[in-house]
Amino acid sequence: MSHIDQKKIRNFCIIAHIDHGKSTLADRIIEKTGLLTSREMQAQVLDNMDLERERGITIKAQAVRTVYQAQDGEEYIFNLIDTPGHVDFNYEVSRSLAACEGAILVVDAAQGVEAQTLANVYLAMDHDLEVMPVINKIDLPSAQPERVINEIEDVIGIEAQDAPLISAKTGINIDQVLEQIVAKIPAPDGDPDAPLQALIFDSIYDPYKGVIIFCRIKNGCVKKGTKIRMMATGAQEEVVEVGIFGAGQFLPCDELSAGMVGYITASLKNVKDTQVGDTVTDAAHPAAEPLAGYKKVNPMVYCGLYPADGAKYPDLRDALEKLQLNDAALQFEPETSVALGFGFRCGFLGLLHLEIIQERLEREYNLDLVTTAPGVVYRVYKNNGEQLELTNPSNLPDPSEIAYMEEPFVAAEIMVAKEYVGPIMQLCQERRGIYISMEYMEETRALLKYELPLNEIIYDFFDVLKSRSRGYASFDYEMKEYRQSKLVKLDILINREEVDALSFIVHADGAYERGRKMCEKLKEEIPRHLFEIPIQAAIGSKVIARETVKAMRKDVLAKCYGGDITRKRKLLEKQKEGKKRMRQIGNVEIPQKAFMSVLKLDNE
Amino acid sequence: MEKKISLYIHIPFCVKKCCYCDFLSFANPSIEEQNAYLEQLCREIEYYREEAKAYRVISVFVGGGTPSLLQEGLVERLFHKLYSVWNMEEGAEITIECNPGTLTARKLAEYRTCGINRLSIGLQSTDKQELECLGRIHNYEQFIANYMLAREAGFRNINVDLMSALPNQTLHSFGKTLAKVLELQPEHLSVYSLTIEEGTVLANSPDLLAALPSEQTERQMYRYANKILSAVGYERYEISNYAKDGYACRHNQVYWTGGEYLGLGLGASSYLRGIRFENTRDMQEYLHPWENGDITVIRKDQVPDTIQSRMEEFMFLGLRMMRGVSKQEFQDRFHISMDEQYGTVIAPYVTQGLLRWQGDRLQLTERGIDVSNTIMADFLLG
Repeated sequence: MSHIDQKKIRNFCIIAHIDHGKSTLADRIIEKTGLLTSREMQAQVLDNMDLERERGITIKAQAVRTVYQAQDGEEYIFNLIDTPGHVDFNYEVSRSLAACEGAILVVDAAQGVEAQTLANVYLAMDHDLEVMPVINKIDLPSAQPERVINEIEDVIGIEAQDAPLISAKTGINIDQVLEQIVAKIPAPDGDPDAPLQALIFDSIYDPYKGVIIFCRIKNGCVKKGTKIRMMATGAQEEVVEVGIFGAGQFLPCDELSAGMVGYITASLKNVKDTQVGDTVTDAAHPAAEPLAGYKKVNPMVYCGLYPADGAKYPDLRDALEKLQLNDAALQFEPETSVALGFGFRCGFLGLLHLEIIQERLEREYNLDLVTTAPGVVYRVYKNNGEQLELTNPSNLPDPSEIAYMEEPFVAAEIMVAKEYVGPIMQLCQERRGIYISMEYMEETRALLKYELPLNEIIYDFFDVLKSRSRGYASFDYEMKEYRQSKLVKLDILINREEVDALSFIVHADGAYERGRKMCEKLKEEIPRHLFEIPIQAAIGSKVIARETVKAMRKDVLAKCYGGDITRKRKLLEKQKEGKKRMRQIGNVEIPQKAFMSVLKLDNE
Repeated sequence: MEKKISLYIHIPFCVKKCCYCDFLSFANPSIEEQNAYLEQLCREIEYYREEAKAYRVISVFVGGGTPSLLQEGLVERLFHKLYSVWNMEEGAEITIECNPGTLTARKLAEYRTCGINRLSIGLQSTDKQELECLGRIHNYEQFIANYMLAREAGFRNINVDLMSALPNQTLHSFGKTLAKVLELQPEHLSVYSLTIEEGTVLANSPDLLAALPSEQTERQMYRYANKILSAVGYERYEISNYAKDGYACRHNQVYWTGGEYLGLGLGASSYLRGIRFENTRDMQEYLHPWENGDITVIRKDQVPDTIQSRMEEFMFLGLRMMRGVSKQEFQDRFHISMDEQYGTVIAPYVTQGLLRWQGDRLQLTERGIDVSNTIMADFLLG
């Protein structure tokens, strides 16, 4: 049978630092290839979730297929595969890259090469991708294309003299980009007649179609009726539909063959069965080996999510289950807290992942949430030889049973403008960082390498980094290893009652400082009551910090306005409603936001 | 048998808006505007002619704004209409609010002719600087002059409004205000602690806000007022109200005891036949309402009461009065004992010394007054 001519296919992705114009360039490519009219274009076609648009980042890898009429008179199929841009989603980036033969590297003509750009370029090179540089934003007055071209050649070590100088925003020189895609990015190879091997680079759950697998066919072909098997998870189903990606829509086709990028639906009910990086094969004629690179992704950051209104617990569970259908990296299991009632301990790839899930729960599912302090997974080694993976501080065994504990460390790379090297090194020092190296990438910028405990960077490291460098720093990290560490559990007592939801694990050296700040913050957040409330931070039975919320002096309405009882009633109702939104610990009412405000202790 | 009712009449005009005021009031109205408003007010009163037959009026309160700025003759016109529609109880309390500087002998005589027997004069403070801070139009001398005129005109029941916790006010200056006013021996004193209302000039003046006394000083002023006033024969019968024996304001007590009242005029609140409602606050809408004689177009936010809302109000309004609420009366009204309904709310507060039992009555303690909102909110059910 005749397959699509592989020579006319170009599979590529776009790599860029945040704000360097990846999505805008994607829009231009889609527009210029004529698949959509300008009128149909939304501002950013690839980012179709509201959340993505607002945050300006791309969360889930997606793909779009367009048809380009090249100057040689031939029609080429472009498969543009979008990649997430944040370190939390590194693994997904890597899978997206594996589905391509080339990558367009977008560099801002004013900003030059950023740390994250580097990280992704190296990732692309690891996958043997052809990297094709493009200099964007040349319409800016501050653009210095010559300097940036030299920088690309010096820092990254790839040829950049013929890089198109473009403005994705105004559309300048986009044609050059399209021609270079045809000329520079290799066509896929792969044997259409070999056993099926398709790399899953993303999957989403659709209520009507079930799981939709986004994949790149490396070898063989797949069509409706093929019985497919996921080589890692073993899930097996018959294919219901295959197709390609229009802009923002699925276009069914007869078959997907080697070299093509498209989707498969097979009435699979769970995204967990179709994990990113897994290989799809034909159950009847399976490939001998899966494609390289599948790795189970494990959550790095855990926190408790509780419904603000206890009655919404089942709703929260439903929402988490639905989100998990689209996000195999999200994990959760039920837990209870004395302070917060029924909720879930949830695992995330990183803090951004956590924030995105939290926002989606609040926005898409209308849930009001209380989040406990995020923590990492600690390893607890007990005297009796048992080993424990600790995700919830409340489950820490009695200190007398613990031989020692380990915490995860990451290898971090920070690219920073020269003048901010001092403050950033100081920040890393404060966060128990271990200095590894510093090299100047060029005169004005340095690359700092540190090893940092993950629990020191999951709170607000990125925010502080940005503020101390006036935004001139970028940050990337990867998991390194578990190391033994002097860790203690810090408990918070409010009116002499321990509040489990506020307990957390901290390095012994930082415990006093942290405890003091927690108490200060809680003092601000807890409203005055009719009695005095002591707030204490304690390690075991030893109190290390204390604050007091003074008793309320006055809460009286001087004048009850004429006959306007309704007004008085509303005032009291508001007061009562405010009380309802608080959590009762003993006889103290704690506002929901107190639980979250303690996450941001460093007000810089 | 005729039911008892109180009438409130709103005059939404003043000479100039004070900086703390968020009442519904328009500054500096023309004679035409006053006339147009009065005309509509009379139409509204007329509307109740049938309904009025079931009632006997025990009190009338003409409030504002500043009703005393109405040009001569308008108050008479208003009461002429009022008496033609409503049956008055013998000796009903009839009050009009006045501002120092707006009263004249002729206006006072007009009020007397109308049967008005109580004046409520908004003095707020005797201190010139404090008055200026509030944006008040008068000074203490004008107040004295007006007060004397009122006495000469035969008014034997006068309330003076005072305020505490004003910008730049000290315990000392507050004490001076009290002393000066007490020389005049008014029958009734309202001493309100200044409340900062959203959207007022005051709420948006950082300088004035910075000049406010501390909470602690405010409470000292409150206690001082109570101490001085009780020493010279005034009884604190409500959180902010003091009266000589027999002069407690009957009209306000109707609000606090769940009695029926009808509010007439722009934005006025009513509690009539088990329904709470409020007239429109939109002057244009008020002036051109009921083309086909249907007054309900100006009634807004109609909320029928429920057993629950009545119990709540019985408690949180009743506790404003120092004599508190009666267990027996609660039982009689709602056929459930106060203990059964509110026992778990009351007991901890009694233990904490914020509420106390005085025989059959539950009352706020001195400390309970300070935090009364917190306590009252707990009497809301559900």
